[in-house]
Amino acid sequence: MSVIFVPNDSAAVSVGADDVAAAIVARAQEQNIDIEVRRNGSRGMFWLEPLVEIEHKGTRYAFGPVLPSEVPALFAAGLAHKSPGAIDHPKALGPTEQIDYLKNQERLTFARCGLAEPLDLQAYEQLGGLAGLKLALKATPKDIVETIAASGLRGRGGAGFPAGIKWKTVADQPGSEKYICCNADEGDSGTFADRLLMEADPYCLIEGMIIAGLATGAERGLIYLRSEYPAAIAVMGKAIEKMSAAGWLGDDVGSCGRRFEIEVRRGAGAYICGEESSMLESLEGKRGEVRAKPPIPAISGLFGRPTLVNNVLTLAAVPWIMAHGAKAYAEYGQGRSKGTQAFQLGGNIARGGLVEKAFGVTIRDLIEGFGGGTASGKPFATAQLGGPLGAYVNDEMLDLPMDYEALAKAGAMLGHGGIIVFDDQVDMAQMARFAFDFCAIESCGKCTPCRIGAVRGRETLDKIIAGDNVKENLLLVEDLCELMTDGSLCAMGGLTPMPVRSAIKLFPDHFASPGADQTAPNAASAKL
Amino acid sequence: MKSAGEAADHIISAICDAHDNNPAALIEILHDVQGQKGHVPDGDLVVIAMALNLSRAEIFGTMSFYPDFHAQPPEAPVVKICRGEACQAMGALELADKFAAAPMAGEPVEVEPVYCLGNCALAPAAMIGDTLIGRADVARLQSVLADLKK
Ligand SMILES: Cc1cc2nc3c(=O)[nH]c(=O)nc-3n(C[C@H](O)[C@H](O)[C@H](O)COP(=O)(O)O)c2cc1C
Ligand code: SF4
Ligand code: FES
Repeated sequence: MSVIFVPNDSAAVSVGADDVAAAIVARAQEQNIDIEVRRNGSRGMFWLEPLVEIEHKGTRYAFGPVLPSEVPALFAAGLAHKSPGAIDHPKALGPTEQIDYLKNQERLTFARCGLAEPLDLQAYEQLGGLAGLKLALKATPKDIVETIAASGLRGRGGAGFPAGIKWKTVADQPGSEKYICCNADEGDSGTFADRLLMEADPYCLIEGMIIAGLATGAERGLIYLRSEYPAAIAVMGKAIEKMSAAGWLGDDVGSCGRRFEIEVRRGAGAYICGEESSMLESLEGKRGEVRAKPPIPAISGLFGRPTLVNNVLTLAAVPWIMAHGAKAYAEYGQGRSKGTQAFQLGGNIARGGLVEKAFGVTIRDLIEGFGGGTASGKPFATAQLGGPLGAYVNDEMLDLPMDYEALAKAGAMLGHGGIIVFDDQVDMAQMARFAFDFCAIESCGKCTPCRIGAVRGRETLDKIIAGDNVKENLLLVEDLCELMTDGSLCAMGGLTPMPVRSAIKLFPDHFASPGADQTAPNAASAKL
Repeated sequence: MKSAGEAADHIISAICDAHDNNPAALIEILHDVQGQKGHVPDGDLVVIAMALNLSRAEIFGTMSFYPDFHAQPPEAPVVKICRGEACQAMGALELADKFAAAPMAGEPVEVEPVYCLGNCALAPAAMIGDTLIGRADVARLQSVLADLKK
């Protein structure tokens, strides 16, 4: 009997994976062929979705992207009875793991994604899951914290704060009423790695959270999961039930006498709730207004108790680190950026998807090597790194290594690892306007530089776009950017100037309407 | 026999009970109410407030902060078209304009902006109900809407 894999990841389903699965089942029934369709998570090669795989003698063979209408032809070519390597069909891609996109990655956190059915706990264990937790159960909290610190793991949510320091701070607080809050708000445009992991390998996140609980003494975990991800919410809920039934969650975690429970809490459409203090307010049932710091959440967080706030990918890196050791993890990466990062290629890119790679890979390797350049085939113009608060880069910056410090030095940031590609049709004045617009829409309203500054910035860009006093208005935008950078309470207002300033700096001719203001820099070459 | 109002109150109280009448669970409660009714009617706020021992103003204040919650039922099916940068890079704004202009066999739809649906590699993305759509175009949005009506 052949086993055929068709992902149930929501991105795969968004381009027809359910229909493909149904077509395969129907065709097999028609032809009386005995097959089993398994709904795995995605491998993260989204441009190939729906990606159908067949297992043959221990090797998986890929076909994609498969349209439901192509299923009969695939069966005719021998899908369910021939050796898959011998099938001659334009969508046949050969052994999945030999596809360059996958072969050239360094998958640690995402190693299991797409291999098995996400909720198959036995498969999880067979594929190396729970090994880290089992070791952690035998270790002292201090040892666990030291392992995380020695691995060099830094927060993957955007700020890159060393995880070990945060874990130690929470562990050092007295009492057992502490919380592990997993930030699964993933609001940054251009990012989907948290979603992919939660849908494909939910136990990995749970395992990381349990280990965090053991290390810090917290007995309760909450996952703040955005409402835009209904599939991930459903999978995580079921995974928690299964882990509880198996004794890995509850009053006696892995029979070690320690308690740990996890609950999923839905977000409600507010981007700012990804900011950690706003998230805590939301978890307390309140408006998601940002809190002033100090105190830091590690000392006084949820309900005023010590709280470890970590991104999904920070926590999901933990099981691998525990299982393979801090040193093995720190061997990946460079400088102070250790380990691997989940880069997410999106926007106008030929091969969009997830690329897990050691830090130090260049932007060019990612966009051109993995991504294959623009989807439209038109010349590359710019990429925005690190979400809506991240900087734009131009083609001269593509050889920069992806590394927290190197990017900061170049005036950019890694953020949550999103890379959004634009071709030469982009209008950077519109993108700068959008940055202000987004800030105005999503601002929590607590401080003036952000609340008012964003609205003023949007108005001023409208004037610039209309060709009205371009030079003066650009100066005004620069003043506003300075005010927002220096005066905002959190990075929402504080970093909105990043995309704005980088757009103006790298693409000055986009900010001068032809003929409107001949004194503006590069006005002669203004975009038509 | 209970009046319709009391029966409605009962649904709301049951939802609050299921969350242990815990004020920290307010967002979950609002989601559950909206899940059942399609919106959060004004009259329900008092019932929630009593159950959670909060004021109506506090419930309203929280609810109004979050774009997900609606005090009025939607007048037509809601189509969320992503306006995040990745989707803009693939023509999302043009798609939103075109779709808004293309009548759905004379039936109205509400086009709502969203900012990233986590499908940026298959942009432009859209969402109708819980159905995520990748590489969206006008025809696909229309066919999903038509399927949902069945
Ligand atoms: C406006 C804003 C939005 C943010 N959104 C997210 C988010 O969606 N997910 C996330 O993990 N961190 C987000 N962060 C960063 C968090 O505040 C926090 O640094 C992070 O969750 C800490 O976890 P880490 O150390 O594991 O990265 C956001 C920050 C700001 C200022
Ligand atoms: S910068 Fe903006 S989002 Fe952050 S606290 Fe101030 S108003 Fe709120
Ligand atoms: S930016 Fe549209 S789905 Fe992410």
